[in-house]
Amino acid sequence: MSGAAAEIVFDHVTKRYPGRPEPAVRELTLTIPAGAICCLVGPSGAGKTTAMKMVNRLIDITDGDIRIGEQSVRALDLTELRRGIGYVIQQVGLFPHMTVADNVATVPRLLGWPKERIQARADELLDLVDLPAVDYRERFPAQLSGGERQRVGLARALASDPPAMLMDEPFGAVDPITRKRLQHELLRIQNEVRKTIIFVTHDIDEAILLADRIAILREGGVLAQYDTPEAILSHPADEFVERFIGADRGLKLLALKRLDELDLAPSDGGAPDGPRAPGSTTLRDALSLMITSGSRSLVVIDDAGRPTGVVTLDVLAELER
Amino acid sequence: MTPPPTLLAQQEPVIPDFGEGSACVTENRLFCPDWVRDNWATVIEPALVEHVKLTVIAVVVGFAIAFAAALVTYRYRRFETPFLTFSAIVYTIPSLALFQLLVPVTGLTVTTVEIALVGYTLLILYRNILEGLRGVPADVLEAARGMGLTRRQTLWRVELPLAVPAIMAGLRVAVVSTIALATVAALVIPEGLGYPIFVALREAFKTEIIVAGGLAVAFALVADGLLVLVQRALTPWARARRTA
Repeated sequence: MSGAAAEIVFDHVTKRYPGRPEPAVRELTLTIPAGAICCLVGPSGAGKTTAMKMVNRLIDITDGDIRIGEQSVRALDLTELRRGIGYVIQQVGLFPHMTVADNVATVPRLLGWPKERIQARADELLDLVDLPAVDYRERFPAQLSGGERQRVGLARALASDPPAMLMDEPFGAVDPITRKRLQHELLRIQNEVRKTIIFVTHDIDEAILLADRIAILREGGVLAQYDTPEAILSHPADEFVERFIGADRGLKLLALKRLDELDLAPSDGGAPDGPRAPGSTTLRDALSLMITSGSRSLVVIDDAGRPTGVVTLDVLAELER
Repeated sequence: MTPPPTLLAQQEPVIPDFGEGSACVTENRLFCPDWVRDNWATVIEPALVEHVKLTVIAVVVGFAIAFAAALVTYRYRRFETPFLTFSAIVYTIPSLALFQLLVPVTGLTVTTVEIALVGYTLLILYRNILEGLRGVPADVLEAARGMGLTRRQTLWRVELPLAVPAIMAGLRVAVVSTIALATVAALVIPEGLGYPIFVALREAFKTEIIVAGGLAVAFALVADGLLVLVQRALTPWARARRTA
């Protein structure tokens, strides 16, 4: 099980703990397309981590099945299954007695790869996560910052080139600035490696930024809604989802789109002192700009500063109706 | 009831011959280098070698037993109380009393001495090995499990290496205390650095007491130093700190 991303299917998955009347996860059914990032979000007690850990059977499935690319996880040997799935946790869990390179090489070594291949792979991955191998491979985890540790954790999870990755609130323990950087880093890496990723978070903004699909779970492990971030923001399935994504969902929706994705009205040049913004600006920032400059319209400019069109408050207001 | 054996009476005491010694020896001055020179090969050196042997055997056997017990306890918690109680009771028995208990069974032999010495190492080694294993952070164990390490691989590649500092700390205490305790072996057998000390005590012969006692202390210091070096070699990661 390695190489190309695989589709992950939850098929009526239920988790019941002995002695508890209510299941932790109830009849969860969803399909995560190959190469997509699926964020599991929800309040605590919604079973998001439980659902994720059933994929590599750190938690046993009570009922139903999970398939990774047609292959049922229940049919696979436990260690083989886990070695074929990247696993990243919040506290990273690097082995403190091993160098960074040895940490990254953990799974390839278990799989018995030849020495040269392991070393080359470790170097390649460290470079991928932006920790130059020459500087970092001989260091110990105690010599790294929190952000650097999580990068090593990511490299370690990618080592055997698994088709799927599980990430359990991986950026929950780092400071906000580092978190932002790691989130964008993950998107950049995902562009290169294209894995099917299940990403657990309680932070809806993180989910909106990262996810191709968001699964919102509610207390009792019931799936409240499963869709793209746009669809969830514009059409929340019910009151629970609406409350969970927040009253500013309109703004969050605007943050998903950029000015150059709109059909712009031709510009007449606008008022000379009116607001201007490049096409890469999000609609949310454009709106903010109009409000702070007291203008009902904004001129979109290209790289050379030439106007390419105009956007108005009315356009933004009509957008998601 | 038969009277307990009077241990020291079993051995012919070696009385230093004050008549033929140097003036220093006959006057029993504080320290006579000439006596040391004359008796090094016949008395002191053999005693030191025996002492090293007694210590090494006791620590190796004690470590093997404590290690096995700690591994069992690490998996099956219910064994903790029995193991801990047993080793704690052994530890609290005074060595003299323990010899008295053992001599009727195993006689005036090395076995008697080793059983006692091993017994005293168990508590400290068992506790430290177990504490070392239990000190492995939960997130490290979860990562190991999530990556598909088997239990055995986790034990040998992750848990035991991370327990090394605690294990070595226990080993250092065990070695030093065994070296000190092994002098009492002379109550049972004429071996170890304790024997020349006992002999010299009878005559209040200062030089022999100082030499044998001093060697026991030096041996303890050297052994402890060697263990520190071993630990440093085994745990380069423990000293690695963020430099930036």
